[in-house]
Amino acid sequence: MESHQNRYPILEIRQLHAEVEGKTILHGINLTIYPGEVHAIMGPNGSGKSTLASVLVGDPAYKVLKGEVIFCGRNLLELKPEERAREGLFLAFQYPVELPGVSTMSFLRAALNQIRRHRGLDELDPTEFISLLREKAAKLDLNENILKRSVNEGFSGGERKRNEILQMAVLEPKLAILDEPDSGLDIDALKLVASNLASLRRPDSAQLIITHYQRLLSYIEPDYVHVLVDGRIVISGDKSLAHELERKGYGWVTGTPSI
Amino acid sequence: MNDDRDTLQGLIRRQYPYGFYTDIETESVPPGLSEDIIRYISTRKGEPEWLTEWRLRAYRYWLTLREPHWANVKYPPIDYQAITYYVAPRSIAQGPRSLDEVDPRLLETYNKLGIPLHEQQILAGVAVDAIFDSVSVGTTLKEQLEKLGIIFCPISEAIREYPDLVRKYLGTVVPYTDNFFAALNSAVFTDGSFCYIPPGVRCPVDLSTYFRINAARSGQFERTLIVVDEGGYVSYLEGCTAPMRDENQLHAAVVELVALDNAQIKYSTVQNWYPGDEQGRGGIYNFVTKRGICLGRNSKISWTQVEVGSAITWKYPSCILKGDNSVGEFYSVAVTTHYQQADTGTKMIHLGKNTRSTIISKGISAGFAQNTYRGLVRIAPNAEGARNYTRCDSLLIGDKCGAHTFPVIESANETAIIEHEATTSKISEDQVFYCLQRGLSVQDAVNLIVIGFCKEIIQELPLEFAVEAKKLLEVSLEGSVG
Repeated sequence: MESHQNRYPILEIRQLHAEVEGKTILHGINLTIYPGEVHAIMGPNGSGKSTLASVLVGDPAYKVLKGEVIFCGRNLLELKPEERAREGLFLAFQYPVELPGVSTMSFLRAALNQIRRHRGLDELDPTEFISLLREKAAKLDLNENILKRSVNEGFSGGERKRNEILQMAVLEPKLAILDEPDSGLDIDALKLVASNLASLRRPDSAQLIITHYQRLLSYIEPDYVHVLVDGRIVISGDKSLAHELERKGYGWVTGTPSI
Repeated sequence: MNDDRDTLQGLIRRQYPYGFYTDIETESVPPGLSEDIIRYISTRKGEPEWLTEWRLRAYRYWLTLREPHWANVKYPPIDYQAITYYVAPRSIAQGPRSLDEVDPRLLETYNKLGIPLHEQQILAGVAVDAIFDSVSVGTTLKEQLEKLGIIFCPISEAIREYPDLVRKYLGTVVPYTDNFFAALNSAVFTDGSFCYIPPGVRCPVDLSTYFRINAARSGQFERTLIVVDEGGYVSYLEGCTAPMRDENQLHAAVVELVALDNAQIKYSTVQNWYPGDEQGRGGIYNFVTKRGICLGRNSKISWTQVEVGSAITWKYPSCILKGDNSVGEFYSVAVTTHYQQADTGTKMIHLGKNTRSTIISKGISAGFAQNTYRGLVRIAPNAEGARNYTRCDSLLIGDKCGAHTFPVIESANETAIIEHEATTSKISEDQVFYCLQRGLSVQDAVNLIVIGFCKEIIQELPLEFAVEAKKLLEVSLEGSVG
């Protein structure tokens, strides 16, 4: 693994404990992510993968009990959800909600301009924004029709996932967390999502991909793979770890036979 | 950012920017209602005998009525003898007027409201009749319209200048026997706008009336009559504001629309009367009867309303579809916050063959507010091939407000096709959080979701009104989310 000398991490999670509805889900997570890296978090159902994503973006349903999270040098847990987003934290939701009547274009322009203001950049007018959006959509090989529709309204599972990735491409976060970007996709859609994510890799930003199955990782080539069990990372490694898990099942790390 | 909260508080305080009062000398009658007062108003306005008699008949009929209480709104009894039925700025009430002679304080009032009346600054593409308390302050673009044969003037002037035209149509769509408030209005109406579009003329600008209640303890009882002759077209806009006061004020207007063969009327309202404060003190009682008749074949009447103001709104802009193939439309957004109450909707009365109507109603409720849609679709026995499509959507913000719908459908013709859809939804925490995760503030998120919810209605408004309506929706919902 390469050296991190002279580089500051984008994200540092130390001893993070968190609960939802009074039930402790995360029991001390430690994770450090540097610019340019792609990390994958795998784990059985209920191991806390989605909880970790929700806690990082500040979902009010989750409560942090202990630990700290440093995001680009700032104490992430002190920031409101919208401030975290403006600082460059992005979540591609596992189940993106519909916003009926809200056009994808005006939604995304409002979001981008909010983030640009925060970064001291000029806002984009509608014309500038549309050309940016078209360019990003074309790079992702995405049908422009999606842009004219209301946010996620009547979208298929695949369209929703790809709309999340389009938003990620437009907002250019420092860290993008992708919560099961592969769930519910057929193999063709899966390959497309994987190649989209690969095309969005940049040396100054990072991706944290949460997935239940190894199959997405065969196309993505993560730098690190972590396995989450019962709210703790029990093993970390390179992408070969994903293959091993696929072969042996989660029982191999949880100590219980795989079903 | 940490100052979001401060900004939000600031916006709440700024919430009703039109609440100022213009200190101006007025002429008024003593409070209370009697035949003498009605005669006085009628004489003061130089009205012909038939109108005075009509007013008195309406008054006598009104005396036999009881205030209706079937609407889903609550308010303490109104003392009709405590209301002043005629208040006019002295400079207007006396003597002839042109805009050059109008008291500058009045013009300044309209400037502050964003409605400049002076010829140099008038809004492009809109002719405005400005009604201040009981009288019209002036009408812009009159000469340009006169060249096309279009009449657009205060109704008091129309009664003097075009008595036959007014007499032919006044009270034919909303007779004084229609309801309690229509009877009251017929007895005491003081001004309003009159518009006539001659055959085959498409009115090149939007016509607009801006209603302003200024005086305390007065009521505003304006009457608007719009007649579009064969093949004519007009787009008419109506806006309203009032000062902030702790007591309630009554606004009981009547609007009548008449469309002859192939005529089209598009009537848009942005109603922003003072809604009362956060505790529900004060505000306008907006008890209005609006109705249009598609008298001719292939005629069309379209109502679009954005209702955000008033303590209580009670109005059902309706269409009587008498001419064969005529079309009625009703597009409505009603927003209630704090302790506001709205009971609004429409009636579509299908009398002619192949008549069609569309009703799209969006109710938004926040705070402790109650929002009711009430509608009637009636298909008469002879209305072969009539069609109606109704859609009522309610959006709730918070858990202390209410949404109600009372749709009534009466069909006496088996060829009629009637569709009704209704939904009630809440702005979900998931939707808001999704927006926050993209960097938007809570208020931005709610605004986006609400504007999205109202999109079909806002699209129906003339462009400049649509922009105003969007801003108004955003401002009126400021502070409604916690």
